[in-house]
Amino acid sequence: MLRSRMHNKKKLFFFIICVIILMIVLVVRLSYLMVYKSLYYSDKAEDVHQRERVIKAARGCILDRNGEIIASNKTVCTISVIYNQIEDSEKVIEVLSKELSMDAEEVRKKVSKVSSIEKIKSNVDKEIGDRIRAYDLAGVKVDEDYKRYYPFSTLASKVLGFTGADNQGIIGLEVWYEEYLKGDDGKILTTTDAKGVEIADVVENRVEPVAGLNLVTSLDVNIQKYCEQAAKKTLEAKEANYVSIIVMNPQNGEIYAMVNAPEFDLNNPYELNYETETEISANEKMDALNKMWRNQVINDTYEPGSTFKMITATAAIELGVVNESTGFSCPGFKIVDDRRIRCHKTTGHGAETFQEGLLNSCNPVFIETGLRLGKENLFLYMDKLGLMKKTSVDLPGEAGSIMHNIDNVKNVELATMSFGQSFQITPLQLLTATSAIINGGRLVTPHFGVMTVDEDGNIVEEFQYSETSGVIDETTSEKMKSMLEKVVSEGGGSKCQIEGYLIGGKTATSEKLPRGNGKYIASFIGFAPADNPEVIAMCIIDEPTGIYYGGTIATPVIREVFENILPYLGVDYSLEKDYTD
Amino acid sequence: MNRDKKIKLNMDYTLLVIVVVLLAFGLVMLYSASAYSSYLENNGDSTWYLRNQAKNTVLGLVAMFIVLLFDYHFWKRFAVLGYILSLVLVVLVMTPLGIEANGARRWIGIEGVISFQPAEFAKLAMILFLAWIISESVTKIGKLRAIATIGMFVGIIVGAVAIITSNLSTAIIIFGIAFTMLFIASPNTKVYVILAGLGVLAVFAFLQFGDGFRMQRIEVWKNPESYSQEGGYQVLQALYAIGSGGLFGKGFGQSVQKLGFIPEAQNDMIFTIICEELGLFGGIAVILMFGFLIWRLYVIAMEAEDLFGTLLVVGIMAHIAIQVILNIAVVTNTIPNTGITLPFISYGGTSVMFLLAEIGLALSVSKKK
Repeated sequence: MLRSRMHNKKKLFFFIICVIILMIVLVVRLSYLMVYKSLYYSDKAEDVHQRERVIKAARGCILDRNGEIIASNKTVCTISVIYNQIEDSEKVIEVLSKELSMDAEEVRKKVSKVSSIEKIKSNVDKEIGDRIRAYDLAGVKVDEDYKRYYPFSTLASKVLGFTGADNQGIIGLEVWYEEYLKGDDGKILTTTDAKGVEIADVVENRVEPVAGLNLVTSLDVNIQKYCEQAAKKTLEAKEANYVSIIVMNPQNGEIYAMVNAPEFDLNNPYELNYETETEISANEKMDALNKMWRNQVINDTYEPGSTFKMITATAAIELGVVNESTGFSCPGFKIVDDRRIRCHKTTGHGAETFQEGLLNSCNPVFIETGLRLGKENLFLYMDKLGLMKKTSVDLPGEAGSIMHNIDNVKNVELATMSFGQSFQITPLQLLTATSAIINGGRLVTPHFGVMTVDEDGNIVEEFQYSETSGVIDETTSEKMKSMLEKVVSEGGGSKCQIEGYLIGGKTATSEKLPRGNGKYIASFIGFAPADNPEVIAMCIIDEPTGIYYGGTIATPVIREVFENILPYLGVDYSLEKDYTD
Repeated sequence: MNRDKKIKLNMDYTLLVIVVVLLAFGLVMLYSASAYSSYLENNGDSTWYLRNQAKNTVLGLVAMFIVLLFDYHFWKRFAVLGYILSLVLVVLVMTPLGIEANGARRWIGIEGVISFQPAEFAKLAMILFLAWIISESVTKIGKLRAIATIGMFVGIIVGAVAIITSNLSTAIIIFGIAFTMLFIASPNTKVYVILAGLGVLAVFAFLQFGDGFRMQRIEVWKNPESYSQEGGYQVLQALYAIGSGGLFGKGFGQSVQKLGFIPEAQNDMIFTIICEELGLFGGIAVILMFGFLIWRLYVIAMEAEDLFGTLLVVGIMAHIAIQVILNIAVVTNTIPNTGITLPFISYGGTSVMFLLAEIGLALSVSKKK
């Protein structure tokens, strides 16, 4: 027998060292995986093990001021598949693509994806969901959840807005109050084995959903309906681009109604509200949809025209530049520097007082008044009345005013500004400014949101809005109310006279840019009762065909609205007033 | 009798204790890893794999004690017979006696009654054969001709296992055992360094120009997340199990990956379940146990009274070391996936029986006269 020799021992030692080194390498590798990469892999493992099923929180409803529900939820289904539980994938693909009218290939892709749960389609009608459930296919899950539902479909569509696939707000109040409305989704986390079978002894994590809060708005469904009818009628009669109506409480800024006809169907917001002549591309359709969703009185600016004369008048009266009986003369035009600016009555109004200038909506009178005021004072009052900044209305996408830089305002610019041209504001800004003029000088924040309430109707939060008082003097406000009342009773707003009511207002007809293209915006702002306004309303008709004078076409719209809503709002008759001319 | 008793008292008890500890630990982990699938497969019987493995372990222990009864030189006479028998048994896999399981034909026996994996026997037979032939031709072992002759004997078995049972992993292990034994027995080093160098080159060439199937294995290894359909799934699940164990693990029995995510968690991948349940510390403890076991074998090999004894233990040590290192390297995705069991712990009757017989041989060598 031969003893192991020296070289054997050396080599054996070498071998054992190699083994030790390799084992150390493995320990290092193991430590790397189990310490450094531990979180990464355990997260990934959990993704595979845990099946998360979201329990959608019910989105809060939107209510009108009387508690009528204008945005609610209806039950819909989400169809998902659990890969490991599918037995007959061909059948699953066939049934799902048929019932959901989806492309078979698209369904196949999702069905054959290795994941713990794969969503096929959400927002499926409950009927279809029930039908799919009836097939009793292994591996197909039908979960019920909520979809936004608008019972009045087109009512205040551009104000309310709608929600997307995940129930998130897309436009309108749905976006602005998203945080209040959405609630918190709940979820069920179940640990499963590789076949997707839930493991009993692992605690099921269940997080209950918290329903969103209900939003009470200042909108009034009845007033909104009256206004929508009036707007629609006018839109059709005048073949206009759009017709907007806003009805607001001038004392606190609560908006009762905001219409931009044509409205669209909130339950089908991705369908255009008009027929397209030819097939349009996806991009064109998106543009068209964005246009359809626009809330013109907030998202768009316009040249206000003669309604702006209220602001010029307010500044001039308050600063004592003119009073009601200050005398003016109108030859049908006024020369400012080297420019000859015409009055709408080319033959001229002749000699007239300031009050009469307002009744006649006489441009030379207001040019003269503006020039006497000076640009600093006009800008000061525009600022005081909120025309230099946004109104802070609780809707997304509010446009800001487009204004001259005061340093660039020469006499000509000042003259045109005095009767509402050469700058742009939003209709809502003008309505808010007018409210301040007639409510005693308080600049309010126009708004919809009043408060949030929980499911049981308990108030959770009442919204507070800023208000700046004393932007103009109360005596100025009184004078303006009386002067504007005369515009309706004696002047250009005569078509808004309603038996028994004292109504104030101002008309406007502005030609759209570029001048001379024959496109006009006719508008009217009216309020009642004129001595103590409880409601202010505005009508804008964009690009009417035929007669385009505000006093002729926009004013009757507001009269029709007032005739309906003044009794409804309980506005008292002002019996001493009697229109019998 | 009196002499036997004395001999038994002299053997390396430390080795025996480590093996028994490993076996006990292995059975406990095997139960944990297999209970769920056993429950599903056997109508609510969660101990099927455990009972089977325990039975084979007992058989293995019996084999170990039988081996211990004899002086290890006694087995010399079976070296050639064992070699031929292993070749015959491997060839028998091709006959109707062969049994196919999990898509591979690697067993012989009667399906459902008794089965046996010839390749496991071939490892032991190779160790015995090489220890004998090298120690007999020790004066010529430095000569190229002797190496070539021995190499041919090795090549036949390695080739048969690789081709007939298409069990590349076992072929590699047998080759590794033979290479280690030759290397340690031989006075020159150069040849083996060159051989090892050529081996590394061959692996590279294989990776570079290998056929599609094996190439894919490499791609899966490099990037298991993008090839989950092609086999990366298993590797990825192994990594999930190991990674989610963290420092201290989820606790015994708490593995989630064993619930069908890791296919046959009680087999090759059992180390991942140990890591998931017992954490990095558990994993390192297992490596240390094997390290200690290999260290004892090293000591026995160094102190063996002759070259035959040394080589026997070297072969056994190489067998265990190669399998442990390759198994852990595979499950940690350190090398491409190939099926290698973890000695004493993975499920497998033939494997545990022959391993214990080998331990019996090593213990026998450790006896002092």
